[in-house]
Amino acid sequence: MNFYNEMYEGENVREPYARLRSWVETMPDDFRQMKQAEAEDLFRRIGITFAVYGEGGDPDRLIPFDMMPRVFEQAEWRRLERGIKQRARALNAFLRDVYGRAEIVRAGRIPARLVYQNEAYEKSVVGVVPPRGVYSHIIGIDLVRTGKDDFFVLEDNCRTPSGVSYMLENREIMMRMFPQLFRNNRIEPVDQYPELLRRTLESVAPAKCQDRPTCVILTPGHFNSAYYEHSFLANLMGVELVEGQDLFVDGEFVYMRTTQGPKRVDVIYRRLDDPYLDPLCFRPDSMLGVPGLMDVYRSGGVTICSAPGAGVADDKAIYTFVPEMVRFYLGEEPLLKNVQTWTLWKPDDYKYVMENLPDLVVKEVHGSGGYGMLVGPKSTKAEIEEFRKKIEADPSNYIAQPTLALSTCPTFVEEGIAPRHVDLRPYCLCGDRIELVPGGLTRVALREGSLVVNSSQGGGVKDTWVLTE
Amino acid sequence: MLSRTASNLFWMGRHLERAETAARLLDVGQRITLMPNTDEGYQSEWASLLQASGTSDAFAAKYGAVTQEKIEEFLFFDRDNPSSVVSCLQQAREGGRIVRTALTGQVWDALNVAYQDLRKIEKTPRDKIDMAELTDFTTRHASTVRGAINATQLRNDGWHFMNLGYCLERADATARLLDVKYFVLLPRIEFVGSGLDTYQWQVILRALSAHRAFHWAYGGDVTAGRVADFLILNGESPRSLITSLYEAVWHLEGLARRYGDKVPTTARDKAREVLERLQNQEIDTIFDDGLHEFLTWFITDIGKVASLVHQDYLQGGV
Repeated sequence: MNFYNEMYEGENVREPYARLRSWVETMPDDFRQMKQAEAEDLFRRIGITFAVYGEGGDPDRLIPFDMMPRVFEQAEWRRLERGIKQRARALNAFLRDVYGRAEIVRAGRIPARLVYQNEAYEKSVVGVVPPRGVYSHIIGIDLVRTGKDDFFVLEDNCRTPSGVSYMLENREIMMRMFPQLFRNNRIEPVDQYPELLRRTLESVAPAKCQDRPTCVILTPGHFNSAYYEHSFLANLMGVELVEGQDLFVDGEFVYMRTTQGPKRVDVIYRRLDDPYLDPLCFRPDSMLGVPGLMDVYRSGGVTICSAPGAGVADDKAIYTFVPEMVRFYLGEEPLLKNVQTWTLWKPDDYKYVMENLPDLVVKEVHGSGGYGMLVGPKSTKAEIEEFRKKIEADPSNYIAQPTLALSTCPTFVEEGIAPRHVDLRPYCLCGDRIELVPGGLTRVALREGSLVVNSSQGGGVKDTWVLTE
Repeated sequence: MLSRTASNLFWMGRHLERAETAARLLDVGQRITLMPNTDEGYQSEWASLLQASGTSDAFAAKYGAVTQEKIEEFLFFDRDNPSSVVSCLQQAREGGRIVRTALTGQVWDALNVAYQDLRKIEKTPRDKIDMAELTDFTTRHASTVRGAINATQLRNDGWHFMNLGYCLERADATARLLDVKYFVLLPRIEFVGSGLDTYQWQVILRALSAHRAFHWAYGGDVTAGRVADFLILNGESPRSLITSLYEAVWHLEGLARRYGDKVPTTARDKAREVLERLQNQEIDTIFDDGLHEFLTWFITDIGKVASLVHQDYLQGGV
């Protein structure tokens, strides 16, 4: 397979990487190792860690950080940006629709079964329109590149996409370690993100809110793998980081317990899944949520970001219909392509996939984090046969995609610099406006030849640059 | 401020102070072993130090007879001992992690570095570590954290809660150490005023890093009356009951001023009352009425102040 190399066009270095390459070339060997150690020390000291469950070992593991950034030209980025915003608008329109009149289902463009039998479809919020009609306020769209102009959306994350703290910290650390690079390259800043996020949250405050809205971040607690990110964002936005036990419902509002007594909360950016939000409405055994929260939400006393039920739009089965949503709701042609996807509940697709398993990537519809998937070309015969049995048992639980020729980006490895596969997750914010900062999280598969970039699967991260003209 | 945040800050202060107390005990233990002594005396002094940390039963249950290695393990490394240095630092760091939004980068950094270094020490074979290193480690890091707090934290309610934790814990630790001296150390009442007595008072002073300070303040001989006066009523002594309480009241006044009359001030009122009683005390009367009785009263009342802090601020007014 041929892989697009982000840095080279044939023998030549691509323009956006020109300065970077000369930087690398003049870098003494031990300098790199020294800086790598320095970076790790910085991460460790700041406490940026990522808890990986079920692996034993260090519960506070660092995500490997690669010092070689990934670079976008201004024009490349603007195209992506338009595509991402378009997709975000369509996804929110879809959510508004399926919790309302469901025109798209009536029009026969999306099978009713996929919507109404979807685990993430939340019947209890049908007819509840959140402020400004926004259901998903922070959308992380995973993109891969296979050629100069070929970007594909791999996945939409409409619930609580994580990783934005790495985008910000990677930049911070790069600037601290290599100021010269930032003087020599004109790199667009990303550090306005927390400010944008706060504005987005404030812009969707409920109508009942009179004064400046009080926003909070709701975390499952410090044992959660993304706890660092939760506290980091709360810190940068200057809002309280609360746990369920800090909140309570009284009458038509939600309050937090403070040293000066109860304080009303208007907007909750929750980093907690739907089933844990309210034990009276969802799982009665959950201690993480707030009893009565959903009643307040439904009566317009509080905004929950993302709205309960937003997950129905980021399902891997629904994913195949996003281009359709763009056409249906916006009357536009999609700017970003989907990856070709076979849905195994269709007999023809099923037949094709079962015959070509060794060449395909198969994913569980509700899986995430690189779990529950089969990468055909990287698997043994036995693994493939085992997966085949799983698919046979429940075909509608799976989708399949071709093995994509993910682009590679030069990456520091043991032996020096080598191409490694990357993807990209930009974070799109939806409130009264739709915005994103020029950048995102680039994840890199550090193992040679690996196409899996998830941090839970040994992937690393690198800084993502967008150059100004 | 979130009640839970305040609570974590309060406990962070308490745990940091408690870690230092454990390290001090170790330091004193180290000194004892360097002194010529009978086996029996050596044993009983170790036992009294365990008593001071309120953990002698837990120790006996897990380790049996006292040896230096076991004490070191117990007071420094043992995660089952909630008052060990490792336990306290870990809890302080965990508390800090939970309320990172309320800490400056420098405070978190100091706390986190302490914890990372601690984990390195834990992984070092025990025979490669000497005890002085352990106490140095603890006091050095504790000072760095406290320094970072003093230099960088906003003087807001969070700062008051953190320091309140520090001073209430300190008041409690000093009182308990004194109490232990009075009851446990001396084999028989005839020993009062003897060489052994004096030596033990010195040990207490050392445990509180107050040996030098005592001589600056009083000069001359170490006597029970002077040491007690220094550790109870001397407003210049940094760990005395009166200083700790004075600071506690100061922080509680700060909170009351910030929050105004909508928030109850029962903790402050109680702390004021205890302080006032201390201010009207003479050391001779304390001895006449019984040091142990006095300390029991004090420890109980400090406990009451702490639970009123909880009631006033840490339940969210619900």
